[in-house]
Amino acid sequence: MQSKSLLPLSEVPIGTTARVKKIHSRGTTRRRMLDLGIILNTEIEALQKSPSGDPVAYYIRGAVIALRKEESSKILVEV
Amino acid sequence: MGLSLTRRINNNFMSADSDVTNKFVVALAGNPNVGKSTIFNALTGLKQHTGNWPGKTVATARGVYFYENRAFNLVDVPGTYSMMPNSAEEEVARNFICFGSPDATIIVSDATCLERNLNLVLQVLEITPDVVVCVNLMDEACRKGIEIDLKELEKCLGVPVIGSSAREGKGLDELKTAVYGIASGSIKTRPINIKYNEIAEDCINLLKPPIERVLNGSLSSRWISLKLLEEDENFLEDLKTYTGKDLKDEPEICAALEKAKNILEENLMDEDNLRDMIVSNIVSVAAEIANKTVTVKNSKYNEPDRKTDRIVCSRVFGIPIMLGLLALVFWITIVGANYPSEIIASLFSLLEVKISAFLIFLSAPPWLHDMIVFGLYRTIAWVVSVMLPPMAIFFPLFTLLEDLGYLPRVAFNLDNFFKKACSHGKQALTMCMGFGCNAAGVTGCRIIDSPRERLIAIITNNFVPCNGRFPTLIAISVIFFGGMATGDKSSVMPVIVVTGFILSGVFMTLFTSKLLSKTLLKGMPSSFTLELPPYRKPQPGKILVRSLFDRTLFVLGRAVTVAAPAGLIIWIMANVEPGGISILKRCADLLEPFAYHLGMDGYILLAFFLGLPANEIVLPIVLMSYMSAGSMMEYESLTQLGALLTSNGWNSLTAICVMLFSLMHFPCGTTLWSIKKETGSLRWTALSFVLPTAMGIMACFTVTCIFRLFGWA
Repeated sequence: MQSKSLLPLSEVPIGTTARVKKIHSRGTTRRRMLDLGIILNTEIEALQKSPSGDPVAYYIRGAVIALRKEESSKILVEV
Repeated sequence: MGLSLTRRINNNFMSADSDVTNKFVVALAGNPNVGKSTIFNALTGLKQHTGNWPGKTVATARGVYFYENRAFNLVDVPGTYSMMPNSAEEEVARNFICFGSPDATIIVSDATCLERNLNLVLQVLEITPDVVVCVNLMDEACRKGIEIDLKELEKCLGVPVIGSSAREGKGLDELKTAVYGIASGSIKTRPINIKYNEIAEDCINLLKPPIERVLNGSLSSRWISLKLLEEDENFLEDLKTYTGKDLKDEPEICAALEKAKNILEENLMDEDNLRDMIVSNIVSVAAEIANKTVTVKNSKYNEPDRKTDRIVCSRVFGIPIMLGLLALVFWITIVGANYPSEIIASLFSLLEVKISAFLIFLSAPPWLHDMIVFGLYRTIAWVVSVMLPPMAIFFPLFTLLEDLGYLPRVAFNLDNFFKKACSHGKQALTMCMGFGCNAAGVTGCRIIDSPRERLIAIITNNFVPCNGRFPTLIAISVIFFGGMATGDKSSVMPVIVVTGFILSGVFMTLFTSKLLSKTLLKGMPSSFTLELPPYRKPQPGKILVRSLFDRTLFVLGRAVTVAAPAGLIIWIMANVEPGGISILKRCADLLEPFAYHLGMDGYILLAFFLGLPANEIVLPIVLMSYMSAGSMMEYESLTQLGALLTSNGWNSLTAICVMLFSLMHFPCGTTLWSIKKETGSLRWTALSFVLPTAMGIMACFTVTCIFRLFGWA
C-alpha cells in the first residue's frame, strides 16, 4: 500500500501523528533518541514549528521535545 | 585542544561523605524539571534556586533534615533522563547513585508525564533496590484530569511509591517515612526485574558470578554485566576510579566476557544492537506500566499549553513577543527603580550624619573619619542605592518568566540562530542564567552535552550583562537617553537603548560562537534535543521571596563585600599624593591616551580594571575618581549623577562607549575562576578574558571613530 511508505520524521506535517519504523542515527545521537523513548513503533506527533521552521516540537510519550532537522530526518516513520 | 573537559567535573563527592558516619545518605534523583529542587528545599529548609526548565541543578547540592531522631544527608543530584549519561551533569548523577552508596535513593517523577519518567526509575532499579519513587506534581496532574493509581504502580515497581505536591507541602511526611524505612532497612523492596532476550540473559549469567566475586557484591552485578557487554568504556573507567578495580584486568571476567561476546557474535548482535534492545525493553516496560497505572480522563488536557505554544512560538509572533517581553521587563524595571532609589539614598544620608558624628565623638583622626565615611561608607551607599532597586524589580520579573516555563520556549525560538552559529540551542538557556550572574551561567553550561559547544557557551557567556553590569547600563541609558539632560523625561528611549544593547550582546554571542566554530573550536553542531516543559502556574509570593532573598540579597551582599574594600583602596589611591599628584590620577593619566581612542577617559578605563573583582563597582569607582577630594558625594538622584558625569566631560559618545565596554570586556574575577574550574584550562580562561575585551576595544574604537568623523562628539 502506498500510504504505508516510510518518510523522515522531519517531513511529517504539523498536527499529524506518525509511528517510528527505523532509526538511522548513530552513536550518541542514537542514544539520545532512545533515551527520549523513540523506539520501534513509538507514536510521535508533530506539534509546532519554531519561528524559523527548525527545530520542530514533537509530542513523544507525554513530553514535548524539540528536535533539529538533522536529528529528525534520520528517524523514519509511517504516517 | 583540551576538549576532554566532561570528565573533570565534580567527581569529588565521595570524600565529603566519609565524615557523616551516623547520618543516612539519601540521593535525590529524577528527570530534569520535575520539582526535585522544590522537594529538596521543602525537606531541608534550604533555598536552592528552582526554575521551570530542564537542567537547573548543575552541581550536587547538599542539605540535612531530621526524622525520627536520625539525620538524613540529602544530596540533590543533577536531573537526568538516563543512567547512560550523555553529558557531564548526567555523569555526576549516575556516579553518585552508583558509587556514592546512598542508603536510599528518591526518584522524583512528574505525574503529568509519568511514562517518560518511568524510564529513569526502571534504570535506577537495575542499579539499586533501595529506592523510593516520589510521584510529584500530583496537583498539576489532577488539574489536567490525569489519575495515577499509586498502589498499582507500587505493585508494578516493587518499591514504595509516594504521591506528592511538593509546592504545597503535600506528601512530604509520607516521603520521609518511606525513606526512613528504606534507609534503616525496615522496608524490604522487591524491585521489578527487567528481563532481556535469551541471548542477553545467557551472557549476563556468564558474567554475573565473576563480577560478584571481584566486587564482593557491592554493586549490582547484573547491571555491571550489561555495562561490560555494551562496552561502556566511560563507565568502566569511572568504576576503576571509585572502586579501584579494573574489571578488564581480571582474568576471570575477561574469560567470561570473551565467551559472552562469542555468543553475541554468533547471534549477529553488536554493542549497538544490544543497547537498542536494552533500551527498547526498558521503554516498553515503562509504557506497559504507564498503561496500567495512568488514566487520562481529559484527553485534551494539554490543549491550553499547545494553544499557548502556537502563539508564543509562532512564525509571526514568536520573536516579536519575545522582544516585547524583554522590553516590558526593562521598562517596568526602569520606571519602577527610580523612586525607591531616592528613598534608599535619603536613608543612607541620614545614617551618614550619625556615623560621622559618632566618629567625631570617638575623636577619630580626620583621615580615618574621611576614609571610613567618604571612602567606605559612601561606596556602599552608592552600590546599594543604585543597584538594589533595579535588581529587586528585575529579578522577580525574570523569575516569573522562568517559573511559567517560558525560557525553554526562548531557546526553541532562537535555536536556528544558534545552529547557524554552529553552537548549541541550550546556549540560550545558559545565556538566560548569565543575566543573573555570569559565573552561574558558566557553571550552567554543563547542561550542554557536547564539549565543543559547551566551551563556546562558556567563553561567550560574558556577552550577556549580568546584574552587576545591568544597573550600570540602566542608569547610564536613563541619564543620557531618557532626556534627563534636557529635562524632558521619557522612559521609552532608555528601554529601547537597553534592549538594543542586550540584543547586540546576543548578536555578539552568536558572532563569537560562529567565529570560534570556524577557528579554534572547529566543528559542526552536535545533536540537540530540548524539552519544552508544561507551563506551570507561578506562585507570586514564593517568587518574590525567593528572588529577593536568593538572588537580590545574595548578589548585593557580594557587591557590598567587594565594594567596601575597593572603596577604601580608591580613597587611598586618590588621597596619597607622592609628588603632589595622586596615585589615582597618575594611573588615569597613563591610560588616558588609550582611553581617548575608545571614547572614554583614563578614569573610566581604570575603573573597569579596578572593577575586576565585581562589575558592580565600576560606576562608583568612576564617580569617586571624579571627586576632586577623592571621595564621593552622597547619592541623591540620577539627575545629580548625570550632572556630575556631564561636568566631567561625558557626552552621548562616552555613554555609548561605557555601555559597550561594559557589555564587552573581561569577565569578573568570580566568573574567571568559574571558567578555570569548568574548563580546567588556563588557556581557555585566558581566551575568555582576551576575546570579549578585544571585541569591546574594537567596538568602542569603531564607534568613536564614526562619531568623531561626523563631528557628533
